[in-house]
Amino acid sequence: MKDLLSRLGAGDVLVGDGAWGTLLLARGVRPGEAPESLNLMRPGVIEDIASLYLEAGADLITTNTFGGSPARLRQFGLDGETEAVNRAAVEAVRRCAGGRAYVSASVGPSGHLLKPYGDAEPADIGAGYERQIRALAEAGADLVCIETMTDLAEAVLAVRAARTVAPDLPVMATMTFESTRRGFFTVMGVSVAHAIKGLSEAGADILGSNCGNGSVEMVAIAREFRALTGRPIAIQPNAGLPEPRDGSLVYPETPEFMAEQARRLLAAGVAIVGGCCGTTPAHVRALREIVG
Amino acid sequence: MSVVSEIAVSLQRGEDDQVALLVQRALDDGQDAAAILQDGLVAGMGVVGEQFREREIFLPDVLLAARAMYAGLALLKPLLAKEGVPTSGTVVIGSVQGDLHDIGKNLVGIMLAGAGFDVIDLGSDVAPERFVDAACQHGASVIGLSALLTTTMPMMKNVVELVRGRGLQDRIKVIVGGAPVSDAWARQIGADAYGYDAASAVERVRALARKPA
Repeated sequence: MKDLLSRLGAGDVLVGDGAWGTLLLARGVRPGEAPESLNLMRPGVIEDIASLYLEAGADLITTNTFGGSPARLRQFGLDGETEAVNRAAVEAVRRCAGGRAYVSASVGPSGHLLKPYGDAEPADIGAGYERQIRALAEAGADLVCIETMTDLAEAVLAVRAARTVAPDLPVMATMTFESTRRGFFTVMGVSVAHAIKGLSEAGADILGSNCGNGSVEMVAIAREFRALTGRPIAIQPNAGLPEPRDGSLVYPETPEFMAEQARRLLAAGVAIVGGCCGTTPAHVRALREIVG
Repeated sequence: MSVVSEIAVSLQRGEDDQVALLVQRALDDGQDAAAILQDGLVAGMGVVGEQFREREIFLPDVLLAARAMYAGLALLKPLLAKEGVPTSGTVVIGSVQGDLHDIGKNLVGIMLAGAGFDVIDLGSDVAPERFVDAACQHGASVIGLSALLTTTMPMMKNVVELVRGRGLQDRIKVIVGGAPVSDAWARQIGADAYGYDAASAVERVRALARKPA
């Protein structure tokens, strides 16, 4: 497959995949279980989901490793399995999509607040990310996808970990912003400008935002990124914010609605457009049609 | 500025050592522990909560202020207990079964403690029975439920139903919150209130706790 960064550099627009959690739950993960345990126990399920997104037209397929850092796996007593869990996730996606889509190795927040705001030692969290990313890279991931970050210090630890243990892999780093009266900030107080500066200096190749917002707000976030950085931008919105309907919760944005907003994302200069919570293979198919 | 006002200001800056020092000074001056709590710590946290709600400040500022608040509270708690000063009430909080997210729930706990409530924090992944048992054991009048996942939110309904099943609905009120939770959801599952954010959760809990048991 052609090198990801040179394709983006040439102006290609790529389509990411959609949500994994809901599809995993529909296939038997119970709330309170580590979704990542499926990588070892039922890798066929991972291949199924990867196939759905591949068939929908995704250029990047995410690995089921969002909670694959040892700090996060420890909550389930699985930190001893960090290498195996991460390796199995990459291998499952490669079996299904290798050579046809980029294997995008998901790295999420540790779930702990760093000192001085919480109890986590930054050095421990950084070492944990190195451990996770080394396993992802050795198993053959095509890029590292650091996502849903709200603390810039933690995001930087993850980017640096990737640069250290997988210097040849492109690094995408996206943060989750809220709309405030003074503009977009993460809950930890990181502005788009600060995110760009911190993530760029740490060595991220692709910057952007995922989760926390529907596609309308993401257009505004994308424009803010475009105004402040020349690096490729990745945007992965939720399908809106969940609304209660008939005793369950529904993400309101239809594939058609999101595709309309995707046109505006492309006009804003976004290089990778995909989906986060509440998006489905149908959303990805709609994005694929817009991107062409 | 009075020492008590200084406490409120110092708390907002997250100066934990200074808050402890000022609380001790106020006590040494013979000031009433209940007044130091209300006009110093609670007043200071009220400002912090309001500023966070408007996102004039962010989570790190709140966490530092909370640390300062607890530093002061640690000095006041034994005195308040000894003097038999009634607290604002007792609230049991936790993230529902299957949900391991706790930052939002912790924030609500901070704000409730900062509003003078006794907070029993059961942590995350808490079974419905534990919520109700703890509320009975501690004499809590409110249970606060947090969920960050659409997949764990239905568990809130189990807690509401358990409270009713045990005939406790007049004594124990249930408030729900969390990123995907809404007022409509709270009504749909029969919860007594919905907290949009930590500050509004405190307002609602105050209203619920005030209702005669």
